[in-house]
Amino acid sequence: MPITSQPRHLLSRYDVTVVGAGPAGLSAAVAAREQGAERILMVDRDPEPGGILLQCIHSGFGLHEFKQDVTGPEYAHLALERVIEQDVDVLTNTYVTDVTRDLRVKLMSPEAGISTLDTGSLVIATGARERTRAAIKIPGERPAGVMTAGLAQKMVNLHGYLPGRRAVILGSGDIGLIMARRLTLEGVQVLGVFELLPFASGLGRNVVQCLQDFDIPLHLSTTVVDIHGHQRVERIAVAPVDDDLVPQLDKSWDIECDTLLLSIGLIPDAELARQLQLNLDPRTGGPVVTSTMETSLPGVFAAGNNLHINDLADWVSQEARAAGAAAGDVALGRHRARQDVTVTPGRNVAYVVPHTLSTERSQTVSFRVKQPIYGDTMLHLGDAHKRKVRAVVPPEMVTMKVSPKLLDGFAGDTLRVDAIPVEEEES
Amino acid sequence: MTERTRAPDQHAGDEAETFVYLCTSCPLGCRLEVDAMDGDVIEVRGHSCKRGIKYGTQEHSDPRRAVSTTVWLHGGPCERLPVRAAEPVPKAQVREFVRSLSGLVVEAPVAFGAVLATDVAGTGIDLIATREIVAEREREPVG
Amino acid sequence: MGDDRVWDVLIIGGGAVGATLARALSRFHLDVALLEWQAEVAFGVSKANSGIVHSAMHASPDTLKGKLEYPGNLGWRQLHDELGFGLNNVGEVLVALDDEQLVRIEEIRQQGIRKGIPGTQAWTAERTLDAQPNLTREVKGAVWAPTACVFNPYEAVMLVADAARRNGVTIAEEQRVVGIDPPDAEDPDAPLTVRTETDVWRGRFVVNAAGLFADDIAEFAGVRDFKILPRKGEEYLLDKRLSGIVTSIIFPCPSPISKGTLVNPTVDGTIMVGPTAQTVDDKFDTSTTEEGAAQVFTNARKLVPTISERDIIAEFAGLRPVSDTEDFIVGPTDRRGFINAAGIQSPGLTGAPALADLLVDILADEGLELDEKDHWDPTAPHPVKFNQLPTEEQQALARRDPRYAHLICRCEIITEAEVRDAMDRGAHTLDGLKFRTRVGMGRCQGGFCTWGCMQLLAEHQGITIPEVTKRGTGTWIVCDRDDHPVTTARNGG
Repeated sequence: MPITSQPRHLLSRYDVTVVGAGPAGLSAAVAAREQGAERILMVDRDPEPGGILLQCIHSGFGLHEFKQDVTGPEYAHLALERVIEQDVDVLTNTYVTDVTRDLRVKLMSPEAGISTLDTGSLVIATGARERTRAAIKIPGERPAGVMTAGLAQKMVNLHGYLPGRRAVILGSGDIGLIMARRLTLEGVQVLGVFELLPFASGLGRNVVQCLQDFDIPLHLSTTVVDIHGHQRVERIAVAPVDDDLVPQLDKSWDIECDTLLLSIGLIPDAELARQLQLNLDPRTGGPVVTSTMETSLPGVFAAGNNLHINDLADWVSQEARAAGAAAGDVALGRHRARQDVTVTPGRNVAYVVPHTLSTERSQTVSFRVKQPIYGDTMLHLGDAHKRKVRAVVPPEMVTMKVSPKLLDGFAGDTLRVDAIPVEEEES
Repeated sequence: MTERTRAPDQHAGDEAETFVYLCTSCPLGCRLEVDAMDGDVIEVRGHSCKRGIKYGTQEHSDPRRAVSTTVWLHGGPCERLPVRAAEPVPKAQVREFVRSLSGLVVEAPVAFGAVLATDVAGTGIDLIATREIVAEREREPVG
Repeated sequence: MGDDRVWDVLIIGGGAVGATLARALSRFHLDVALLEWQAEVAFGVSKANSGIVHSAMHASPDTLKGKLEYPGNLGWRQLHDELGFGLNNVGEVLVALDDEQLVRIEEIRQQGIRKGIPGTQAWTAERTLDAQPNLTREVKGAVWAPTACVFNPYEAVMLVADAARRNGVTIAEEQRVVGIDPPDAEDPDAPLTVRTETDVWRGRFVVNAAGLFADDIAEFAGVRDFKILPRKGEEYLLDKRLSGIVTSIIFPCPSPISKGTLVNPTVDGTIMVGPTAQTVDDKFDTSTTEEGAAQVFTNARKLVPTISERDIIAEFAGLRPVSDTEDFIVGPTDRRGFINAAGIQSPGLTGAPALADLLVDILADEGLELDEKDHWDPTAPHPVKFNQLPTEEQQALARRDPRYAHLICRCEIITEAEVRDAMDRGAHTLDGLKFRTRVGMGRCQGGFCTWGCMQLLAEHQGITIPEVTKRGTGTWIVCDRDDHPVTTARNGG
């Protein structure tokens, strides 16, 4: 995609600045423009916009956003087309290193040097980072050959190198499952995927199409307990875990391999959020936001995986559209929707985003369940709304559209989100 | 271990055989039982909705997969170009489809959706680029 | 070295002792070579420790390690001024949690006063909590010692080695010593012949500063009369968010066998807790363990109750080369020309600059002529710490060299120019870059910057990406695909 809108001169003030040009940033920039904001700047650290989509070469994207099943790079292309139509300033190879609470943004890029500019509003769309070995404290030696699945994906899909010849994957998140297939197709022996929990963390479709299709074993309730190798990984030990997820070391066994890929979850990249001292939700690791994704610092919005970890890029685009539109409104000094209803996670719900709702406009509530329910499930939004769904599982985010009508009479209330098996409700 | 959801190769006979598939149409993940005789699907059980019948029938009689991979790219911003099969590939031919692309090198620029190869591995299916790669000089920053 | 060159001094071991000695000897007209078995200097004992220049009040003045501690403390501060590695004079708070400990810490303070350590104070509980409000309410009192510092030991050792190199010392890496020839019966004054896996080195003097392997080296020389017992210490680094939870090095009252678990700010603003102290058999056992973590955090919480395992961003274990004599083994041996600098356990890192001076004196006593150079440069250009500069200075740097505006590491704000400077000073592996510049040490632990670093390493050395290593031979990071176009010096750039 030609970046025809690379700016010739950076303005000293923008209406809306969007940090990150992945699915969230691309969508937010377009929405801000559609809302009437004129001077919009989008900044990305990579040489081309698209974010992590560019290395997610598999399909499964776009069914909601573009009404077709496309790959990650195609999704990025389609999203970027919308941006280019809108004449947004796109600055690539650029980092936002600092933002002050009065919205002065510091940028660094080899082309444009180090500069500062002011912005009317800011959309943080910086995505997530991967949890690493240190985050889960895998004991053992520290040889080369332990790599996060996302980094391996970048090496394989963008640069044409393999992470090793015989790989074990820890964690059954979607990136891990996708990489199991990807590596197998590239001639790497994938010896197994190990998952601490009793269920897969990734989508069922990926378990079937990435593992079962290729006879790659998935070991549930099993984890890596030791890593051996002075130079390169030579062998790892795995062991089943008990009901409290404690490894049963007496039942461990060794696997000879040269690579251990980690797909043990994503964490919102809250670097800017911390710098801006935004209120963070310990459940998501991202900022606390209103129904328009505005954070605790007025004028600062968050969308995408730095707000909470989404399962589909499509949801990210939708959420970012709300953030971008509101960021445009704020920059233009328009009225903010009242935030007069609070939402909070209840039974079997790990977190809810956003944290407040408005009785003035429509919004979407997103949440994740803690435990899978394989059967009819009732979703409750306090007493305001309930909806029956066929099943809920932790890997799949659940969304509920909430219109002002549904919230009629609930202003000032706190609504609890529950996900309860229908049979339990009836009994 | 997840349950193996594929039955062994069917053998000819008069009696219907039962094959098990995990439906991937929605998070429910229904365990579908597909009765078939001589390759023809007789009945699908275990589904919770109509999509299950369609999935079970398709998965038994003609399983296909979306295939995406990468090929070498010369003169681009990175070394690999993402590509995909223009339509779903029969499941049994997925490995061969990808393997046959080994060593393929594409020169920049590349148009979005450009057909890079036809009838890949005898499948009759085209290979298309999923990323646009502009010529080097156009990537130079304007500012 | 395939020629017949005879070096004045061969130093075996590129850790704190070997590097400071190399630099001390570089003042004189001497041919000095430092042989390091790993891919880069400071990759051994000097890399994995608490990173503390001790206050110098702890070790008894009756031991050699106690004697070298304070001069060493002053030595590091001078090296910091000359070479510009990170060092913060944060001071030490030695905490007592009961009355017995109050007595013990005062004894340590008095010992410090006898050793000439300036500025120590006895603090009340109130004064202690005023200075360190996140300490446990159980605190009964503390000793304040302003002489303690935190620093990056690997960065310091690497820059000291670089300074030695700038002044003419040869630094030879991946030179694992496999033997030392027996003495020449005909000519007792003949130089010693040191054999490595790839080369033969001849030296009039050989200094054994081989850390964990000093006993093996002594055996090669035929003078093994001690044993190195590796003592493992696990350390845990916490998220930067906790920066400021303590602002000085927090020591518990020591037990007879250990200084105990410390909580300290690092020179980079993270918080570190550790170490453990466990004698192990394997000189390669740098594994971290569940038990180690549990022990460290249980102990750390006795000092700072809010510290949690959840905040770990990195962990490592180091081995201290403890000799079976429990003190440093320093001096000439029965083998002519073979000098030991072995068993350099804590506070050996602190004492290293003073030990280097002592070794120079020993070498002189043994017959090495010390003829000072007229133009010896004690300083070297200080590495730029971009992330610590005000914006105006950053902008000025970036205008001069756009590579200062190219970030390689987002978490730690490290620029391409700094990475290139580290490579110019000898870094040629991912770990080498990481330990010198901190790329990949932050929250994402290299998830984003690894590729950029690999590209720069490949380009700088003219090697392919699969030839880039984590820390030398055998530690490859990625491999080629089978259909890789025959590799014609692809620089990945």
